[in-house]
Amino acid sequence: MTLAVSVTKRLGPGSTLDVELVAPPGITMLFGASGSGKTTLLRCIAGLIRPDQGRLAIDDRILFDAKNGIDVPVQDRHVGYVFQQAALFPHMSLRDNIGYGLHRLADDERQARVSTIAESFRISSILDRPPAQVSGGERQRAALARALVTEPSVLLLDEPLSALDQTIQSRIMDDLRRANEARRIPMLYVTHSHREVYTLGHQAVVIDTGRVIARGTPHEVLDRPEQSVLANLAGFENVFDAVAIERRERAGTMECRVEGTSTELEVPLNAAAVGDRIRIAIRAGDVLVGNEQPRGLSARNVLRGQLIELSAHGPTMVAVVDAGARFVVHLTPTGVESLHLKPGDHVWLIVKTYSCRIVVETPWQHS
Amino acid sequence: MDWQAIALTARLAALVAVILLVISLPLAHWLTFSRRRWTFLVESIVSLPLVLPPTVLGFYLLMAMGTRSPLGRWWTESTGHPLAFTFEGLVIASVLYSLPFAVQPVAAAFAQIDPSLREASATLGASGFRTFARVTLPLSIEGVIAGLVLSFAHTVGEFGVVLMVGGNLPGITRTVSISIYDHVQALEYQQANQTALVLLAFSMLVLMAVYGLRRRPWAAAPIA
Repeated sequence: MTLAVSVTKRLGPGSTLDVELVAPPGITMLFGASGSGKTTLLRCIAGLIRPDQGRLAIDDRILFDAKNGIDVPVQDRHVGYVFQQAALFPHMSLRDNIGYGLHRLADDERQARVSTIAESFRISSILDRPPAQVSGGERQRAALARALVTEPSVLLLDEPLSALDQTIQSRIMDDLRRANEARRIPMLYVTHSHREVYTLGHQAVVIDTGRVIARGTPHEVLDRPEQSVLANLAGFENVFDAVAIERRERAGTMECRVEGTSTELEVPLNAAAVGDRIRIAIRAGDVLVGNEQPRGLSARNVLRGQLIELSAHGPTMVAVVDAGARFVVHLTPTGVESLHLKPGDHVWLIVKTYSCRIVVETPWQHS
Repeated sequence: MDWQAIALTARLAALVAVILLVISLPLAHWLTFSRRRWTFLVESIVSLPLVLPPTVLGFYLLMAMGTRSPLGRWWTESTGHPLAFTFEGLVIASVLYSLPFAVQPVAAAFAQIDPSLREASATLGASGFRTFARVTLPLSIEGVIAGLVLSFAHTVGEFGVVLMVGGNLPGITRTVSISIYDHVQALEYQQANQTALVLLAFSMLVLMAVYGLRRRPWAAAPIA
């Protein structure tokens, strides 16, 4: 089964969702900042809102066609939907929730299917509890089971794991991967977390201000972001405006100066001429920190700076270093300890040339 | 104690409450979930009895029921007797008068349901009616009961509309509140007090039932 989408929908004054995409069986990640239109796209596909123009089809079954006046009602689309907050019916047990979409089946057949899917989502023992008496992760697993048990032609997931902690997230991702292997249908998974895109997606589609700005495998899309919007989304914490000051054709590199500073960075060569403005994106995890000047390194970018701020974000220590330009650096707590780092210290930053990505500011139009 | 008036009032209020339940479920559903721009117009009309003096409502109803109006003529032709000053006329007037007390708690209960629950029901293949019966109604049952109780109680207590439309015919249109008024007019304070006490106790019981059921403060206050 393949889902073909081509819709436009006005989102608000001056902003329009205008998306064309094909989702083959497997998990397609719809990635973008909040407000980019990804949830609106899911709601159009489910039939919860009506697109202004366009066409939606699963293989040759048409769900929506503005030109021919076709608009199949939500309940007849056979499209599964998993909501951000699970949306389990609070007045029913998990068992009744999961069996809700199977009302056309005989009682024993329905019970059998509910039991089978509950087993595969590891919620058999809590089936008779109401949603309020189970954990957030269990609720979301029940919501997944409820959508999948009806054997939908397409599964739509709207940030289903965003409210859960990371350990539970990865366990549910495993469940979802297994469900996907058992039944090959297109799954559209909306997220703003690049971690989920990497771990779950076969295909990633990036949406910004209502348009598709990039698509490909998660690594194609996220490791070499070609636009600064995407660089921010993909977890490139450091984005600098810079000017190219020297091209080293033979080395395949280029020397740039970060605007407003004297900081110079060597980056991979691209088409920019000397004097051109470019934008450089660097992941906070790709920057090394030393407390004395390093020697004997191949890295070309070694910058002296001062540690301004140090804070813990979960298991990651986030350091802000002023090296002319301000760098955000991710460290492990043991790394911080072994270097005895504290704010005010003078440190050295090491950045590999190929950790510097050149991004463009304007999203290119995908044809 | 005017047992005849009490029995008549109970019969009237019960009938009106049941009719209002049947009307208010689809009406409140439409008012809450319709995306049409002119729902506010219907909303205003439904809520009109909250602000309109009962005598004004009663006066227009009396005009509408008179033999000179199309409705009154039609009723007289099809039933053989006029609508004004009859029990049926009183039922129709009471339904209109108590409409907001039935519709508003129900609409408020519908509106507080998380929209994604109804959407989830639809994506799971449920028809509009199934979504209503299995999700919307069970999750707003408190509001529905509040509407039922309030429209019953409000009908019991009405005075102006009854006097205008029904007059004061024992066993046909003389309700409890009219009976109390009658006793006071005749300086029979003893009898008036007895009937009034029954009404007072009843009203208190109703409110205790509504608040006790919903366990939320001011649940019975209509949201105007």
